[in-house]
Amino acid sequence: MTETSARTTDTLTPVLTAGWADERSWTLDAYARRGGYEALDKAFAMGPDAVIGAVKDSGLRGRGGAGFPTGMKWSFIPQDNPNPKYLVVNADESEPGTCKDIPLMMASPHTLVEGVILSSFAIRAHTAFIYIRGEVLHVIRRVQAAVAEAYAAGHLGRDIHGSGYDLDVVVHAGAGAYICGEETALLEGLEGRRGQPRLRPPFPAVAGLYASPTVINNVESISSVPSIIAHGAEWFSSMGTEKSKGFGIFSLSGHVQRPGQYEAPLGITLRELIDLAGGIRQKSDGQRHELKFWTPGGSSTPLLTAEHLDVPLDFEGVGAAGSMLGTRALQIFDETVCVVRAVLRWTEFYKHESCGKCTPCREGTWWLVQTLARLEKGQGSEADLDLLLDQCDNILGRSFCALGDGATSPISSSIKYFREEYLAHLTHGGCPFDPAASTAWSDRTVGATA
Amino acid sequence: MISDESLAELRAIAARYPQPRSGLLPMLHLVQSVEGRITPEGIEACADVLGISAAEVSGVATFYTMYKRKPVGDYHVGVCTNTLCAVMGGDEIFARLKEHLDVGNDETTADGKVTLEHLECNAACDYAPVMMVNWEFVDNQTPESAVQLVDDLRSGAEVRSTRGPRICTWREASRVLAGFPDGRVDEGPSAGPASLVGLGIAAERGWSAPSVEEAQDAQDARDGEGGHAVAEEPEREAAATEDAGTKEAEAAVVEKESPTTGTAAEKGDAQ
Repeated sequence: MTETSARTTDTLTPVLTAGWADERSWTLDAYARRGGYEALDKAFAMGPDAVIGAVKDSGLRGRGGAGFPTGMKWSFIPQDNPNPKYLVVNADESEPGTCKDIPLMMASPHTLVEGVILSSFAIRAHTAFIYIRGEVLHVIRRVQAAVAEAYAAGHLGRDIHGSGYDLDVVVHAGAGAYICGEETALLEGLEGRRGQPRLRPPFPAVAGLYASPTVINNVESISSVPSIIAHGAEWFSSMGTEKSKGFGIFSLSGHVQRPGQYEAPLGITLRELIDLAGGIRQKSDGQRHELKFWTPGGSSTPLLTAEHLDVPLDFEGVGAAGSMLGTRALQIFDETVCVVRAVLRWTEFYKHESCGKCTPCREGTWWLVQTLARLEKGQGSEADLDLLLDQCDNILGRSFCALGDGATSPISSSIKYFREEYLAHLTHGGCPFDPAASTAWSDRTVGATA
Repeated sequence: MISDESLAELRAIAARYPQPRSGLLPMLHLVQSVEGRITPEGIEACADVLGISAAEVSGVATFYTMYKRKPVGDYHVGVCTNTLCAVMGGDEIFARLKEHLDVGNDETTADGKVTLEHLECNAACDYAPVMMVNWEFVDNQTPESAVQLVDDLRSGAEVRSTRGPRICTWREASRVLAGFPDGRVDEGPSAGPASLVGLGIAAERGWSAPSVEEAQDAQDARDGEGGHAVAEEPEREAAATEDAGTKEAEAAVVEKESPTTGTAAEKGDAQ
């Protein structure tokens, strides 16, 4: 039902990506030519509550993966709390497979800055922070410059546009820690501490940065706000599906002909996206490889397979298929890829990034790597699969934050769909796959083996 | 040795924030830009500026992977070996570079030019396999292009990021991370080719987001469909009730959501 009703709009709907090909798109001039910062006066005339109302009505849900309604999150800020309110943008994009916020901030940092102003105004914050992972130097340059330009043009600072509203924005570079994408760990990093998650409650809306009411939103969520204010909540909600409104950036990577960013209404399917991307990659003889497995929203979302090609990529559709929409980070793997190798590598990542605060995650991810590494080498026995699932069971829902939960997703989903492949490592005495066949240059090094 | 000028800059960083300690991460980036790594002197300087103990600063410096205790070469060369890049060839590139440079992971060449390290996902998966030099993108690499890259870096040839500016030194990069721009913002493109693929297809086929009028017409058409409107009614009411709910009720929603969505879903916010 959602599929048919959603198709009143075009297949791709560039909004956030619309200006990315413009000459010097990162500058204020280029952004202003597209009507940039015009939503400010409209919002100032509406007032903060009406801005929150518009974002609620639009149906915008968090684009950082959780999908929590953005307007509702804003309305949790207790306005009778005497402390200052803060907006913090989570620009710590580091979930494996996720690569949408980085190109957005590089090509169109002013979209984010305008969103920051509108969102801060809505929650009555006078200081906002953009926490960008440190490992993306040029993106940091572009956001720093955009903030400076916005100050110079009177879009930031005192009495913005004569509205009486004041806002300061600080661009903050992180220092390498996946865990800081978790919102309370991010706050710790922003307070100059080790990035370890905090116990909740209290939630950041009540006691966040400096124990004050704080909204933390993803880059893409905040960047969607200017278009909602400019064109209206109804315009936004005319796109997408019943409960997953609007557009989002879908990031295709891996074994497709044209990996890249595709901005579409929520509810598009992987089949459509792969078709737009020119299909699964071709062999040198023109034959096509086949889709084997994929992540719908980063490595922390359970793997799906070719049987899920027609699942609507919205929060409900992917959830019903046993995974999560996450960040729409569609990593595509063809039949040349060993799923055990893929999962082991992700698991090593979680082990490396575990912050060490809680035992199930700190110890559990270590044990997962031990068990998986043995299996990958063809050692161990079939009982190790049950051991892995048991270890997952002891981590999922028992760790302090979602990192531990995420670590179990690739393992349990891969055993569910590819149990035989794990066993093949045991019978084969090691990995039966040739890693050279999966590389971007495999056509040059291996013959086509149809 | 931390100069008076650097101390003044450390204080300036702390002053950007409502609470000075928030400046610690960028302050440590500045320490790396002047010292070439996190030194005991740099830790002491941060502690003095912030009025906290050296142990507290050290605890932070050892948590984040971008802070280095050993000297880093002029060029920090990273190879993504997280799953997608590894599969696309990152493993082969990393192995080739270790052999070519005769160093292991997190080691520096004898000439002090290049420090090699394997990286976790750097948010450029549509350009896999990805390398980073001093945290600038070097997209779509092969073992051959990677060898050429490090050879150019070692010979002093000018090297440009595929999606960014001329590559500066690691110390200069650290200074930008500390919040002192270097004037290279206007170098490099708006976006790389992969970032523009969907936009290009939309332009070719005449696809766009609807105009406000089109969206309104579509809404009217939907409202006109009896069955659909009826199906939608109860949901709207539910949403309205929720909106009208008290703060306590709203808080309860969050609490209810968090252990479940909070596990898996907030992972999303966790990235």
